[in-house]
Amino acid sequence: MTAPHPGPSGLSLADRSPSLGFHHISMTFPDGTVALQDVSFTVNAGEFVTVVGPSGCGKSTLLRIASGLAQASDGTVSADTGSVGYVFQDATLLPWRTVRSNVELLAELHGLPKAERARKAEDAIAQVGLDGHATKYPKQLSGGMRMRASLARSLVLDPSVFLFDEPFGALDEITRERLNDQLLELFAAKRFASLFITHSIYEAVYLSTRVLVMSARPGRIVGDFAIPFDYPRSPELRFDPAFSELTGHVSAALRGAHR
Amino acid sequence: MTAVADNTAVTDVVEAQPVAPPSVIRPKRARSITSLWPLPVGFLLILAAWYLLTLRMKPNRRFLLPWPHDVVSKGFLDGEAMGEILASTWLTTKLAVFGLGVSIILGGTVGILMYRFKWYERMTFPYLVALQAVPILAISPLLQIAFGYGFFAKSVVCIIISFFPIPTNLLLGMKSVDRGMLDLFDLHGASWTTKLRKLALPNALPSIFAAFRISAGLSVIGAIVGEQFFQKGDPGLGQRLTQYRTLIEYERLYTCLIMSSLLGIVVFIFFGWLSNRVLRNWHESAQH
Ligand SMILES: Nc1ncnc2c1ncn2[C@@H]1O[C@H](COP(=O)(O)OP(=O)(O)O)[C@@H](O)[C@H]1O
Ligand SMILES: [Mg+2]
Repeated sequence: MTAPHPGPSGLSLADRSPSLGFHHISMTFPDGTVALQDVSFTVNAGEFVTVVGPSGCGKSTLLRIASGLAQASDGTVSADTGSVGYVFQDATLLPWRTVRSNVELLAELHGLPKAERARKAEDAIAQVGLDGHATKYPKQLSGGMRMRASLARSLVLDPSVFLFDEPFGALDEITRERLNDQLLELFAAKRFASLFITHSIYEAVYLSTRVLVMSARPGRIVGDFAIPFDYPRSPELRFDPAFSELTGHVSAALRGAHR
Repeated sequence: MTAVADNTAVTDVVEAQPVAPPSVIRPKRARSITSLWPLPVGFLLILAAWYLLTLRMKPNRRFLLPWPHDVVSKGFLDGEAMGEILASTWLTTKLAVFGLGVSIILGGTVGILMYRFKWYERMTFPYLVALQAVPILAISPLLQIAFGYGFFAKSVVCIIISFFPIPTNLLLGMKSVDRGMLDLFDLHGASWTTKLRKLALPNALPSIFAAFRISAGLSVIGAIVGEQFFQKGDPGLGQRLTQYRTLIEYERLYTCLIMSSLLGIVVFIFFGWLSNRVLRNWHESAQH
């Protein structure tokens, strides 16, 4: 388990080596849809940046560009050389594979030896708390468990940058809050650079070191909030007056963004 | 970082139970009793209908649809008749299996090529549809000139009749791969062959099995039709049907028809069983 990026263990927020940078990114689709307009920001190692914005404003497009699945029509992306984890809104597990075999998939695609693959998958499954479910098939799992399997699949490659595209959007609130806490535990342990997309302002503020608000299409950054709470964060944080104040600010910015 | 990473095991949370309970604990016996009764009932209904139809025929036309018990006694229980019919059934089975095998190999290749090359799909698909609609009777002289009268000529008829479902269903199954899964494979630099092996083909399994079941039945029909065209060679069920009709041995003729139905049922059940075995863990179509 060697982390691809060079930082010492227990990276602090003070570590400012940029892992992912967007420089004047614009995206116009061939059909003329302008999805993104002049978007610039960076995500540093140990930072958890969340983007909230109205649906259809170009958030998924931003992640596709960051991962190389799509090419920006303008601007450049700079990304850390380490591997990138990408968690989609759907768990996208292969239904004909068991949890273990699904978690091994990416290691398999990268040609890791069988033994190493198995060991890493075992670790990842334990990290997301799915031990005991490794031999189940996706259809035997609840939505939350599927999402955790999907997360484990990316963890196997020890990514230095993690992209999350509304991963918990389809889950009920209780499951979502649990998974938020699990994700924060992983983040606290690994300190990958995270770029997270969500519809939920509470989720955004709870998870992040920084929240960006995007406008309706064409998506531009119209709000930028530093979230000062220390990690580890406890669930009680959600009832802290300072927390409410911040969600209020983000919410106001988002309402402005809808206009 | 290493030390921390390895023991970040998150407390196991109790979530909603899995949607489908493991099939192992399903009470098997109770199910088979309740679900098997339609079989004998359906059989009895058909038998009753047969008796009724025979009864309503004018006595001098009754030879066209003999009594079921006569079919049993003069067909199935007549040693000589059953001997030749069984031998013919075996020949037809071999022909059908060969034809189906070729359809699967050829159809599979065509399906994969269509998936790989859009231009090949555009070029081939119309002819697949056309091939399926070709009235075999009309082209039988052509087949005779091209392939003669032997086993191979008969199997060509069988292949033409059983071919269509294989490439078309395979293609459909491969094309219905989830967009997100393709993204995932692309993201990690998977080659086209990797995507084919680990994504497109497994994804197509349910439709491939559906195609097998349809084509298996068609291959039996195809084998018999082929034998009826090319009367030469060792007699299969196709030749027997013609022979018994000419000799007005309708009890034997119906025995042949029942044997061919049984053959169709056997291959259908075989592929159904195979499909359930392969898909039972993950696909909705598989019964537990
Ligand atoms: N391949 C495409 N071609 C044309 N328009 C697209 C394409 N992909 C996305 N869009 C459009 O771009 C906009 C942003 O899409 P997306 O990034 O998915 O939004 P969201 O913020 O909801 O994730 C939407 O209006 C969508 O319809
Ligand atoms: Mg989206």
